[in-house]
Amino acid sequence: MHIMEGFLDPLWCAVWFIIAIPFVALGAKKVIELVREHPEQKMTVALAGAFIFLLSSLKLPSVTGSSSHPTGTGFSAALYGVSVTAFLATIVLIFQALLLAHGGLTTLGANISSMGIIGPFFGVLVWKAMMKGGVSMPISLGITALIADWMTYVVTAFQMTLNHGQSIEAFVNFLSNYALTQIPLSVVECILFYMFGIYLMRNKPEIFDIAGEIAAKAAAKEA
Amino acid sequence: MAESKTIYIAGFAIIALLVIAVLAYGASQDWEFGGADDGAEGVVEEVDPDYEPWWNGIFGDYELPGETESMLFALQAAIGAIIIGYFIGAYTRKE
Repeated sequence: MHIMEGFLDPLWCAVWFIIAIPFVALGAKKVIELVREHPEQKMTVALAGAFIFLLSSLKLPSVTGSSSHPTGTGFSAALYGVSVTAFLATIVLIFQALLLAHGGLTTLGANISSMGIIGPFFGVLVWKAMMKGGVSMPISLGITALIADWMTYVVTAFQMTLNHGQSIEAFVNFLSNYALTQIPLSVVECILFYMFGIYLMRNKPEIFDIAGEIAAKAAAKEA
Repeated sequence: MAESKTIYIAGFAIIALLVIAVLAYGASQDWEFGGADDGAEGVVEEVDPDYEPWWNGIFGDYELPGETESMLFALQAAIGAIIIGYFIGAYTRKE
C-alpha cells in the first residue's frame, strides 16, 4: 500500500503529514508512558510492533497477478488502539522508506495515515463491536486484522484518486490495483491472527483485559 | 493442547495451499506478480497521463540491487520473527 516517492503532489504530501503527525505524537507519548508505568508491558508493545515488522515484509502473490504485503496492524489496534498503532507503523514505514526505497519519505504522511491510522481505526471499530457482541476472541482478532489490512488499501486507493483523476473511474482503477489484490492477503492475515488468538486463549488470555484496564486508568487520569 | 495444535497445523497448511495455488495458476497464465505498488504507477499513467513524479528519493534513480533488497526484507522479517518467537517461548504455559 506504500505510495511511492514522488507520486503525490507536495500539497497532498503536506495534507497527509498534517493528519498523521498528531496521531504519531500521541502514540509515542502513550508508548513511553506505558513502558514507564507498566514495565511488564514492554514485551507486549514489542510484540505488537513485531507483527507489523514481520507481516509487512512478506510480499505475497495474489490472484490479480501482482504481489503485495499484509500490514499486521490488527493486533496492535485491538490491544492498544489507533495512536499506538500509528507510532509503531511509522517505525516500520521509515525503515522501509530509508533502507528499501519502498514507500517514500515525502509520501510517509499518506502511508502512515492509511496503514497506521485509518485502516486500524476500522479494525478497532470491528474489534469493539465483535467483543461486545460476544464473538470469541480469536475470531474477533482475525476479522479485526482482516479489516485493518484491507481498509488500508482502500484508503490508499482513495488517497491516489484524490491526487490523480478525481473520478469514480480512477477510484475503481486504483481499487482494482490495490484493494482487489489485497483480498486474499487479508484472508491469510485473518488466519494467522486467528491462530495467534487461539495461542493467546491457551497461554495468556488476560492480555486484552490488562491492556483495557491500563487504557481505562489512563483515560480516567486525563479526565 | 492437541486441539490447538491441530488448528495451528491446519492454519499453516491452508495458507501454504493458498499461496501454492495462486502461484500455480499464475504460472499457467504467465503472470509476473509485480508489486501492486509499482502497478499503481501504471494506473497513474492511465488516469493522469501528464503526471511526472517530482522526486525520486534519496537514492535518486539508483535502484537497490535485488540481492540487497531481499536481504533487507529478510532482515525486517527476522527482527519481527525473533520478537514473536521470544514471546511465544516465554509465555507458553508448561504442562
